Amino acid sequence: MIPAIRIAGVTKRFRSLQALAGVDLEVAQGEFFGLLGPNGAGKTTLISSLAGLARPDSGTLEVMGHDVVKDYRAARLALGVVPQELVFDPFFSVREMLKIQSGYFGIRNNDDWIDEILHHLDLTGKAGANMRMLSGGMKRRALVAQALVHRPPVIVLDEPTAGVDVELRQGLWQFIRKLNQDGHTIVLTTHYLEEAETLCGRIAMLKAGRVVALDTTANLLQRFASHTLRVSLAEPITLAGPLAGKLLKTEGSTLEFGFDAFDEVADLLAGVRTCGGKVVDMVLGKPDMEQVFVGIMNQN
Amino acid sequence: MEGFKTLLYKECLRFWKVGFQTVLSPVLNAVLYLLIFGHVLEDHVQPYPGVNYTAFLVPGLVMMTVLQNAFANSSSSLIQSKITGNIVFVLLPPISYREFYAAYVLAAVLRATLCGIGVLLVSLPLTDLHFAAPGWIIAFTLMGGAFLASLGVIAGIWADKFDQLAAFQNFLIMPLTMLSGVFYSIHSLPAVWQGVSHFNPFFFMIDGFRYGFFGVSDVSPWASFGVVSVCFVVLAAITLQMLARGYKLRA
Repeated sequence: MIPAIRIAGVTKRFRSLQALAGVDLEVAQGEFFGLLGPNGAGKTTLISSLAGLARPDSGTLEVMGHDVVKDYRAARLALGVVPQELVFDPFFSVREMLKIQSGYFGIRNNDDWIDEILHHLDLTGKAGANMRMLSGGMKRRALVAQALVHRPPVIVLDEPTAGVDVELRQGLWQFIRKLNQDGHTIVLTTHYLEEAETLCGRIAMLKAGRVVALDTTANLLQRFASHTLRVSLAEPITLAGPLAGKLLKTEGSTLEFGFDAFDEVADLLAGVRTCGGKVVDMVLGKPDMEQVFVGIMNQN
Repeated sequence: MEGFKTLLYKECLRFWKVGFQTVLSPVLNAVLYLLIFGHVLEDHVQPYPGVNYTAFLVPGLVMMTVLQNAFANSSSSLIQSKITGNIVFVLLPPISYREFYAAYVLAAVLRATLCGIGVLLVSLPLTDLHFAAPGWIIAFTLMGGAFLASLGVIAGIWADKFDQLAAFQNFLIMPLTMLSGVFYSIHSLPAVWQGVSHFNPFFFMIDGFRYGFFGVSDVSPWASFGVVSVCFVVLAAITLQMLARGYKLRA
């Protein structure tokens, strides 16, 4: 099957900044794919290159098998992009804007689908409102609606939940999940790592324009994260022996250990007691994407 | 094609929604010029034999309005979209750079024509106008409008802020328009300035347009149309080249 997205050897330089330094990536059809990385890692440049908003210096990008430069019409028809910035055209109402966007993609009489999108994004009541009159969260949802007017098989969401409240975020993810279940390929960039962990089946991490990790979410968690035991002690202690090797971080008299199996907890606590520590509080934590992210970024 | 049609429709809807600012206001400005300059100079200047000054002034003002509004429409739409960021909505869909260009230019020509018709209609009761060669009136409206609309696309893409666009408008478009013979016949100028005027493409637009009313002009309308057409083709080629490269639009 043709991959939804194929990126090969893509480089892009903005003056002295190497935004993309040879990115290779494939996203299969139907995937919910996460693209993570710190600010300036090249995520938005990569998405812009895919969408034709930026032109790579070298390499090729394809959407559903269509080269984004040579066969840009087919590539853009197959792609829906929710931009990171909260942009809108102040001249038009939500419905006008969606009808215009449909027309840009060659679609006339798109009202039924527009109504459906508005319904799912809880914007039906605002269809006639000017874009300026919408709240930030509504504008964000309107942006999602705009990206969907032409029913693209591949949808890219560039930090879609930045600044969106929890309730709205959950509603948005419910809708995006449904789109994924209906067969749409979703590519998501976000700084909310727990979102990526929950939603994405596979994740790529970018740093300084390179892919530094690419695997399934489960594998990344297994390889780079562990359960944690966080113990607060009455007084700081000095660790010795194998216990020191398990220490992830120290904050004053609070120590955080990593472990893989729960029967290690008893050994860790015994070790702390042996070193003279008196435990006053204790919290167990699951492996999470934040550990993976921090671990990988520090490695590279 | 649907993408082009929708972009054209959107551009027309955009200026129509603020019609007071984009159509009525330029008409009012031109009519004020007509009333003031006509009143002051009517008895002192006769540019062509048998043509009074107010009648002479009307085609000049109509064309000035056409040119300025063609430029204003494409340039302001583009810079607003760039600054607010909503230009991405036009860049993400499968619209070719040629369709992009054609839509912005046609919408600008349409607004310019509406403004020009507005000025003409309001002027008709105020003076005795003739339509000696209507074909030239239409030809120079469309070609002059397209020329300035292209210049507006260039300015809108090039400018990063409103200040730069205002500079383009005030230091290039406005002087070239004002010094093009809107208010006078270049035969009333010293020989040197008559020569200089021939380097101003706006002069040919206004002179040729005026021929359509009076059947009299400083330069043959064919020559004027030739100059304007060549200027438009050159400018269109430059604009299309900028768009094809994605200059300041696609990083």
